[in-house]
Amino acid sequence: MKPLSQAVTSVPPSGIRRFFDVAAQLEDCISLGVGEPDFVTPWHIREAAIWAIEKGFTTYTSNYGLFTLRQRIAAHLKARYGVDYSPESEMLITVGVSEGLDISMRALLNPGDEVIFFEPSYVSYAPCVLFAGGKPVPVPTDYRLGFQPDVQRLREAITARTKAILLCYPNNPTGAVATRAVLEEIVRIAIEHDLYVITDEIYDRLVYDAEHTCIASLPGAAERTILLGGFSKSYAMTGWRIGYACAPAQIIEMMMKVHQYTMLCAPIAAQKAAEEALEHGEPEVERMRREYDRRRRLIVERLNEIGLECVPPQGAFYVFPSIRCTGLRSEEFTEQLLWEERVAVVPGNVFGSSGEGHVRLSYATSLPKIEEALHRIERFVSKRRR
Amino acid sequence: MEPEKQKALLEILEQDARTTPEQVASMLGVDIEQVQRTIQQMESAGVIRRYKTVIDWDRFGEERVFAFIDVKVSPAREVGFDDVAERIYRFPQVHAVYLVSGDHDLRVIVSGRTMKEVAAFVAERLAPLDRVQATYTQFVLKRYKEDGEVYAETEPDRRLVMAP
Ligand SMILES: Cc1ncc(COP(=O)(O)O)c(C=O)c1O
Repeated sequence: MKPLSQAVTSVPPSGIRRFFDVAAQLEDCISLGVGEPDFVTPWHIREAAIWAIEKGFTTYTSNYGLFTLRQRIAAHLKARYGVDYSPESEMLITVGVSEGLDISMRALLNPGDEVIFFEPSYVSYAPCVLFAGGKPVPVPTDYRLGFQPDVQRLREAITARTKAILLCYPNNPTGAVATRAVLEEIVRIAIEHDLYVITDEIYDRLVYDAEHTCIASLPGAAERTILLGGFSKSYAMTGWRIGYACAPAQIIEMMMKVHQYTMLCAPIAAQKAAEEALEHGEPEVERMRREYDRRRRLIVERLNEIGLECVPPQGAFYVFPSIRCTGLRSEEFTEQLLWEERVAVVPGNVFGSSGEGHVRLSYATSLPKIEEALHRIERFVSKRRR
Repeated sequence: MEPEKQKALLEILEQDARTTPEQVASMLGVDIEQVQRTIQQMESAGVIRRYKTVIDWDRFGEERVFAFIDVKVSPAREVGFDDVAERIYRFPQVHAVYLVSGDHDLRVIVSGRTMKEVAAFVAERLAPLDRVQATYTQFVLKRYKEDGEVYAETEPDRRLVMAP
């Protein structure tokens, strides 16, 4: 038969598949490899969605999403970050940030256009760029600098074909939160080279001892920025598949075209749930954030004691320690830890080559489980420490 | 310790009294001595009253009967309802006593091994008390949630074991 799509063939299969299959079969396996909250969606949100379904909210919505939801998101963003988006023309409700990423790329890129992003990075970025015909240009960040975006390397990576910079702060997998000063510098560079900025701020509500800066709020940024946000992490709503994109009207119009013909609209029950989340969810967001923060401090302290050095992450729910003291590569470490101690982590190299020498641990797991996992990791590392 | 951290410390212990001072210290980013000192202060001030374990006796196989008893009391000059409440709560069978608004004055929760035992307690001890005018007893048929604890099977973790 004729060969399948080149663009899709060029993307390697997911790097965690192999470990996933083993971990799923091992009994008594503690997983610190999960990238979603361990909380279920707060009850008031689930209850509001049940009510909506009972009342017959079972239809398509406007392609843009429910106007009332867009209004609430606009008000929420205005209050938190001082950004102004018109719910009529500058916002689109998406099927998760996942869809937002995909349609951003498709709206912006022509074949061969380059998109720069910092590595280690969320696993979808390079594939989304490739599927849209673009060229991913990863720029490494340094563990010793807390994985802050490296502005010098960013400048060096820019070519005549560069179209956009894709950012993710707070970061998956490193937990890094970009400082305001660095983001201001990135905006200057974007203006200087006439680049778009796509910012995946899905972890914006999960920051600790730091402040989240919405890059769209910086002077000169909004007119060239696509802001992607979601409900998956802050409200523990991963399974609802709901998010949003905010951008200048011309860009939203383009994204809308793709969305309209490929997705039609986000599920209405999820949109109703999202309205409830924004309206009454604040105490629950804060309760979960506080709980993550306690686990974060505990896990960072213990990992450093064990010898897996880590810079305290300031956001999301991941730690990304160095495994140098074991002399193992990320995949070796992950595989041996899984078989020997039945603890699942994610090897750092799946997030790009600068993630080699690290593993990602998620603290979206109950405290007793984290304690037990750390105990096992300690035993594992002590046999190998050099 | 700052009041904000004191509150967090209390919340952590309220959730799990077995959390060690070392763990509390790293969770709050303070040193262990501070945690120990604060716990002592809270204990002597009576803020921390004691450390208990939540036990599902049903699951252990021991039956316990609970009843809510609403009590109508004629108040007395100077003491109001306090003296009657005190006479009631001194009985070890009494689980809780509240002064409440509405049709009745006191709401008493009584426990016993059998319904007969609880009924006898009401008839022989509670009802005859001075100034107790009437009692209305409701037996608990099933306990769903108590003190924030849900007494159902815990929901399994439905997440995939690994996700990016
Ligand atoms: C950085 C980042 N962006 C996007 C997503 C996907 O989010 P959504 O559930 O909104 O599609 C994730 C999920 O893990 C993520 O970590």
